[in-house]
Amino acid sequence: MLLALPFLTDELLGRGWVRILDFALLFIMLALGLNIVVGYAGLLDLGYVAFFAVGAYTYALLASPQLGLHLPFWIILPIGALIAGLFGALLGTPTLKLRGDYLAIVTLGFGEIIRIFLNNLNAPVNITNGAQGISQIDPISIADFYFSRSHEILGITFHSVHQHYYLFLALTLLVIFVSSRLQYSRIGRAWMAIREDEVAAAAMGINTRNIKLLAFVMGASFGGIAGGLFAGFQGFVSPESFSLMESIMILCMVVLGGMGNIGGVVLGGVLLVVLPEALRNGAGPAQQWLLGKTLIDPESLRLLFFGIALIAVMLWRPAGLWPSSTRRRELEAVDGVAQQEQDTVYDAKH
Amino acid sequence: MDILLQQIINGLVQGSVYALVALGYTMVYGILGLINFAHGEVVMVGAMIALAAIQVLLAAALSPLLVLLLSVLLAVAVCMALGYSIERIAYRPLRHAPRLAPLITAIGVSFVLQNLAMIIWGREYHSFPQLLPNASHHIGGAIITEVQITIVLIAILVMTGLMLLVHRTRLGRAMRAVAENQTSASLMGVNINKVISTTFMLGSALAAIAGIMVSANYGVVHYYMGFMLGLKAFTAAVLGGIGNLRGAMLGGVLLGLIESLGAGYMGALTGGILGSHYQDALAFVVLIAVLVFRPSGLLGERVSERA
Repeated sequence: MLLALPFLTDELLGRGWVRILDFALLFIMLALGLNIVVGYAGLLDLGYVAFFAVGAYTYALLASPQLGLHLPFWIILPIGALIAGLFGALLGTPTLKLRGDYLAIVTLGFGEIIRIFLNNLNAPVNITNGAQGISQIDPISIADFYFSRSHEILGITFHSVHQHYYLFLALTLLVIFVSSRLQYSRIGRAWMAIREDEVAAAAMGINTRNIKLLAFVMGASFGGIAGGLFAGFQGFVSPESFSLMESIMILCMVVLGGMGNIGGVVLGGVLLVVLPEALRNGAGPAQQWLLGKTLIDPESLRLLFFGIALIAVMLWRPAGLWPSSTRRRELEAVDGVAQQEQDTVYDAKH
Repeated sequence: MDILLQQIINGLVQGSVYALVALGYTMVYGILGLINFAHGEVVMVGAMIALAAIQVLLAAALSPLLVLLLSVLLAVAVCMALGYSIERIAYRPLRHAPRLAPLITAIGVSFVLQNLAMIIWGREYHSFPQLLPNASHHIGGAIITEVQITIVLIAILVMTGLMLLVHRTRLGRAMRAVAENQTSASLMGVNINKVISTTFMLGSALAAIAGIMVSANYGVVHYYMGFMLGLKAFTAAVLGGIGNLRGAMLGGVLLGLIESLGAGYMGALTGGILGSHYQDALAFVVLIAVLVFRPSGLLGERVSERA
């Protein structure tokens, strides 16, 4: 099913939709990375796109005429993950003693700082080429197999978007595998202990600082990998792809899908990439059909419906579309007890 | 020295606006522990409503001062209704839901308001008419306009009023009680839902005033103006210690000053390496630096001050 999907989409909806599928896979990787930070460790990160940006620019700088470097894809990707991880540590080290929403605003600020620097590091020394971004990035290739060219394998023509689909699918599956192994490992359980009660976790002998830092670094390196793939796939990066809006979208994927649950996060990623695109393609024609003319700018109509959908889904399923089983159990606990627990948590936080 | 003075004046004016918006964030956070992401959009709606009212009333040939007064009242009323509805629709059903659920609905509300505004008022910048006398005063080489003086004075007036309300009235006591502990407050006979609704309405009224101030100062209104302003104001609230009213005021004014001084001097201080386009980054760098040394903001520790 997953293997045939690009060809089915190609036949039924057109080549553009295969490209959207590719992006959906990239965003699933990002959402899974953020899920480690927000879903497992319970640290609200509103600047996650910074790590995506670091990965993308690492790839762009190491494989484009910008610095004249052309390293191969399979070397850059780990480097990108490593550098993104370093940035994760850079963000995490000074901020980990912050609680809850203070952390949220600091991460948000960090994301903006990275974007502003990418936007302005063209003077006095031109590193990132400023707002124009970096173009002519080398396409993804393994040995002599270029993912950007069409190949004929076993009588079937694979176009660029198809090949990227399989590459991204393989890596997404890898990320899913790593995430699920992490979840119930010693580290994963430590993350969840910290999420539920940091003081109790520390009392149980968990080194909360290092474990939280690890969540940041791991989440960041997933973001870095997705960023590298993004740069190679697009052939072009510019700061405007890494705005606060993207961080918010990725967070929405995690929370809307079901925080801490891999299936939920994947579902959230697919929905939030496909839904806006479907609305984009649907808003204009639907108006034509209903009213006979385009009365309202389809772009704003699309975002309007998207906002309504976000509110409606959260009101309908506050724990996300597909919540993790622990979280569901918490919610289904006897009302009075749940209320009391919440109050205690509230008191402890303030 | 006149540049320094000028930047301080600009910073104070911008800072008063930040402070008013930050108060809205901090009041809601103090009571619900929720980042009300849609608050910036309420500021924008306030400015838009005021603009629409001014256009209609000016056409009716009323005196400028009366026009301004009526449109401010209308904008405040509309925003209060908006704040009430947002809380009722998007936050109240989720009061006992997982912590991040209301954050996502807040983002959704922000999308809805922004795009509704774009559908109604379009993508273009609207110019905001000058209603106050356009005179300016020279103080030691710097210029301050009467609009700017009015902004600072009204901000001080409104904030004093709010402090009196929170610390001297029955309603204020109820607000502080709910912020302290919802369950205990309800056992003492405080109507929690009413208090929370009132808080949202108060915050939205401040947002409407701030929206009109910022439009009058820059002379333009735009559907996207609330987003960045809201973000900065939230930063200001955190800088001062979120949940703390005095902290929000201090944070707002400080952030305004930091930004305007940064824009004026950053290039000169770093030998031209970092120019004024790093202005937005500066605000966040300062925030991070402050939080590293004071993890709960500048005034964050005085818990009893929360409202």
